[in-house]
Amino acid sequence: MIASLLGVLFDGLAYGMLLFLIGVGLSVTLGLMNFVNLAHGAFGMLGGYFCVVAMARWNVPFLAALPLAFAGSALSGLLFERVLFRRLYRRSHLDQVLLTIGLTFMAIAAATFAFGPQQQAMQLPEYLSGQLNVLGVDLNIYRVFLLALGAALTVLLTLIVERTRFGAAVRASVDNARVAEALGIRVGLVFQIAFAAGCGLAGLGGALGVEVLGLDPLFPLKFMVYFLLVVAVGGTSTLKGPLYAALLLGVADVAGKYYIPEVGAFIIYAMMVILLILRPQGLVSRS
Amino acid sequence: MSTAPGIVRIVRFPWHEAVFWLVLAAGFWLWPKHLPLASQVLIAGLFTLSYDLILGYSGILSLGHAAYFGIGAYAAGLLAQGGWGEPLSGLLAAGACAGLAGFLTSFLVVRGQDLTRLMVTTAIGLLLFELANRLSSITGGVDGLLGIEMAPLLGAFRFDMYGRTAYGYCLAVTFLLFLGVRRLVHSPFGWSLRGMRDNPRRMLALGYPVSHRLIAVYSLSAAIAGVAGALLTQTTQFVSIDVFSFGRSADVMVMLIVGGAGVLYGGLVGAAVFTLAYHYLSALNPVYWQFWLGAFLIAIVLVGRGGVLGAWARAVSTLREKHRRTVTQS
Repeated sequence: MIASLLGVLFDGLAYGMLLFLIGVGLSVTLGLMNFVNLAHGAFGMLGGYFCVVAMARWNVPFLAALPLAFAGSALSGLLFERVLFRRLYRRSHLDQVLLTIGLTFMAIAAATFAFGPQQQAMQLPEYLSGQLNVLGVDLNIYRVFLLALGAALTVLLTLIVERTRFGAAVRASVDNARVAEALGIRVGLVFQIAFAAGCGLAGLGGALGVEVLGLDPLFPLKFMVYFLLVVAVGGTSTLKGPLYAALLLGVADVAGKYYIPEVGAFIIYAMMVILLILRPQGLVSRS
Repeated sequence: MSTAPGIVRIVRFPWHEAVFWLVLAAGFWLWPKHLPLASQVLIAGLFTLSYDLILGYSGILSLGHAAYFGIGAYAAGLLAQGGWGEPLSGLLAAGACAGLAGFLTSFLVVRGQDLTRLMVTTAIGLLLFELANRLSSITGGVDGLLGIEMAPLLGAFRFDMYGRTAYGYCLAVTFLLFLGVRRLVHSPFGWSLRGMRDNPRRMLALGYPVSHRLIAVYSLSAAIAGVAGALLTQTTQFVSIDVFSFGRSADVMVMLIVGGAGVLYGGLVGAAVFTLAYHYLSALNPVYWQFWLGAFLIAIVLVGRGGVLGAWARAVSTLREKHRRTVTQS
């Protein structure tokens, strides 16, 4: 009983870590530009396909394919920001929703055309597969790796946001873009970099998640709600908020599917409604 | 009362609107072989009309309107399966069920801002899909509900295989509800909705009960969506959990944008364009359809504002302007 509880908690945390990696970029987009980007999951999917293709067709080892997925998604994010998204920052939320849904549809169709509708399989390297026995609990090594990498990235992100000049510029821009601009911070540039980094992280998460979340052309739609939820529940003013929200979401989803499989995804959606009603400003607000 | 003449003029039924509905009524002879498809267009049009009430007129961003369409569809289906095959009462009951569901959920929807509303409505839509999926012993899951037998309409018109009765039924119901909605949006209530869409704070400061009115319009919209869903079930004598799908919620938004949001005929025109395009283009290849739909959405946002009817209005005003210039020059 305790073992299964710990196992579920562990799987949930690993799952939540992935949701955090993919979703955190969205909080920048929403917080900084007030831009509703429903196509964010498409960048995660892109990273996933980058990784799968790099490994299967070009024989790149897994650990080297991850930075490739990051770079590929970040570059395409930068491209899309310059060409499409920046035209819509001042437009209504409806326009933003329409454009990004259109983009999502195109991404799904393009992925189906290029890779077929089936789930993609990935051969994990041997040192990451198998189980690890810790205090009588069997832990999947890959999930240990996910948690460790996620934790390391979170620390890195926190350091960047809280300790560097660039991080200070990001925080200032999120708090009040107009005043930040007046103080000489180039908000547009700051946002571009942050957006590209967010897309890169999404791509990295997508690549890491092929084993856990799966990868097929419907990925952007299937997980759209989860990513939005991470941001909406976590809020956009801190990094901690989305992290807690993602971990909570991951554990709740895995626990729900494990203990009451009849209810399925029901729990997540119900939780989403309740949390949105109770904490419309997010779990962790900075005021 | 200086505005009264303008309002009265709009509320009167001008000839071009009459032509629109007469053409639809002439559909029995104009497109006799495509009546089932035309019924689909009308049902989609009615559904989009209901969505226009909340998005176009009231500014409530929703991606879960299929929830109410689905509730109506299943209410009608379950009634018919249970032996209550009389269509009109079934339609009313379905509308009432969906309206009640809309009323209960509206409290969650109206309190947030755009993003919260978007997510809450999405969650409600997904929640109902998941519920219908889990309760497959009642809903029949993806295979659908079997044994829906409809009694003849008004006790006289059997639902025939050419879809004549179905088309007439859809047309009559759509027309009546359209008249109701038309009356509503030209009433002071309807104008207050537009005020809340454009400047909710100011409306609140003016003393309008913003939340109450949004709850009212959301429930009404849900009821109409439920009627549209019930029409689908009754005319096709089939319903599956597909009625709850996220795609349907996204489609209705697309249809409204294609036609023109905040315009009465926007929903019907958009539904016609969308349904016909889907029917003919997705026959070629469903993947291409999705790709071009996406491209089209992006193009609409970047270039064409106001959809088909918006472009039409612009064309007409440009022509009028030209005409006026030539008249004044000569």
